[in-house]
Amino acid sequence: MAGFWRSYGVVAAIAIFVAVFPYLTDSSYYLRVAALVFIFSIAVLGLNLLMGFAGQVSLGHAGFFGIGAYAVAVAPTHFGLPSWLSLIAGVAVAGLLAFVIGRPILKLKGHYLAVATLGMGILIAMVFTNEARLTGGPDGMAVPRLVVFGWVARGSVTWYWISGVTLVLAALLAVNLIDSPTGRALRAIHDSETASRVLGIDVARYKLIAFVLSAMYAAMAGAYLALFDGLVTPATAGFLRSIEFVTMAVLGGLGSILGSIVGAALLTVLPQVLTVFHDYEHIALGLIMIVFMIFLRGGIVPSLTSLFRREPS
Amino acid sequence: MPEFLQFLFSGLMIGSIYALVALGFTLIYNASDVINFAQGEFVMIGGMVTFFAVSAGIPLPIAALLALVVAIVVGIGLHRLAIEPAKGASPVTLIIITIGASIFLRGIAAVVFDKNFHSYPPFAGVDPIRIGGATILPQSVIVLAGTLAIVVALWAIMSRTMVGKAMVATASNRLAARLVGINTAAIVGVSFILSAAIGAIGGILVTPITLTNYDVGTLLALKGFAAAMLGGMGHPFGAVVGGLVVGLLETFGAGYISSSYKDAIAFLVILGVLFVMPQGLFGRAGIERV
Repeated sequence: MAGFWRSYGVVAAIAIFVAVFPYLTDSSYYLRVAALVFIFSIAVLGLNLLMGFAGQVSLGHAGFFGIGAYAVAVAPTHFGLPSWLSLIAGVAVAGLLAFVIGRPILKLKGHYLAVATLGMGILIAMVFTNEARLTGGPDGMAVPRLVVFGWVARGSVTWYWISGVTLVLAALLAVNLIDSPTGRALRAIHDSETASRVLGIDVARYKLIAFVLSAMYAAMAGAYLALFDGLVTPATAGFLRSIEFVTMAVLGGLGSILGSIVGAALLTVLPQVLTVFHDYEHIALGLIMIVFMIFLRGGIVPSLTSLFRREPS
Repeated sequence: MPEFLQFLFSGLMIGSIYALVALGFTLIYNASDVINFAQGEFVMIGGMVTFFAVSAGIPLPIAALLALVVAIVVGIGLHRLAIEPAKGASPVTLIIITIGASIFLRGIAAVVFDKNFHSYPPFAGVDPIRIGGATILPQSVIVLAGTLAIVVALWAIMSRTMVGKAMVATASNRLAARLVGINTAAIVGVSFILSAAIGAIGGILVTPITLTNYDVGTLLALKGFAAAMLGGMGHPFGAVVGGLVVGLLETFGAGYISSSYKDAIAFLVILGVLFVMPQGLFGRAGIERV
């Protein structure tokens, strides 16, 4: 029962926050930032399934994020597909691509896997930059609004609710996965691939499941961001975005659902706050990353949790 | 043929910078398992400090020396203030720290210097040397010669000096190195100093050709990392070969296939190589103990 509360308690806490936050503020700016946090959280949550649970690094997840984003831009504009169908198609394409390249790529380990996923992400971003006829090239392209049964989704409030509800569902799915036999297999692979294989776990298959799922999470988030912003550029799929996702996941805490959201929130809100420092923005951001990682090396959420657990004794 | 030679020259020139960055990655990785994503910032510091010292009226050799010293101080600072306090943290945590350091150093450079592109005059004039119908800038020759000198010097240090042998020992087995009395913590410091120096020299030499600004480090770190992995992580010779291969692939790809997909060609080859040789060209297969 304790395990039940620990798993679903987090999802419930997220749901309560999503439901209550709009009543605490009526500033559409805050709601906009919150929506961005939710959107990035979805991507980081997926990446955390791969990195935190299966223990596989990816420096190319912005590629999948970009596929989702460009799907809702290119498909409606050039092929007349409705946006909601393009979104589903984008998530499916990202999942399929992850499935196809996942097998060979996930045979690599550690830093070799990092460089292979890095290459994959850069190749995807390069297609978006160079196929200007479809994608508008380096300048990017406008994204038509999401229309569902004649209702147009626009504005911060609408996207707050869409992304918030999706995040809760994404977290619920992640928690269910972690508590399932698949989740146990993934954690076993994280601890030791060789030992897992000896125990009869199909290592390649489970790594592939985590990879495909994380790619689909990223594509979903990318599509949301593009629809919310109404604009998409190749930077959406760029190397720096991939690094940002990894940083969010590690900073918040690998293997922690709440950590994904805290990491995404920190790296989304901080740059907004730090703009008051103007030219010193990057200095502050870099410094904060270093200090957090030195003092909370397990990531913010896991480090603080263990700190509070130990305190009373 | 002249075309081929031309691509070869510029490929080798770009490749040797990647090789130097990859070499820096390798040295630090071998001593500490840290992938230092702030490696490209040393190259940036080398070029930027030299430029601003030269424009302040300081003669080029002294300006270059100053840049070298600044880079080394930054390298020591990075090790002492960011890496050492996080001793024992997981590799991915350490990577995020170096990424933070890279953002921090770029921020500092943008404030202390500026955000413009800079260059200074080549060391040996601008008259191109003609070889077989192709031309090569004297500065490119200097870059190649400098890279070669660094590789030879590094080889001499590794095989002839006590410190170098201690570095090799630390790379091959940290615990055993400590047991025979090697101060492995000091070796990590030495590797940061050497990496900073190598990066800075690369930056000082190449800036007259490629220009520099506060932001050049990111792309160099990315290419250098890819080159190091292509060669086989932890293998200095592999890092140099990897760097040269990535540089050549880029220029030949841009020249013969498509300039907008030049990075794609390099990364496609890297992916292809890794699929066939998962430990890179010269790396050894690791064995997981359970």
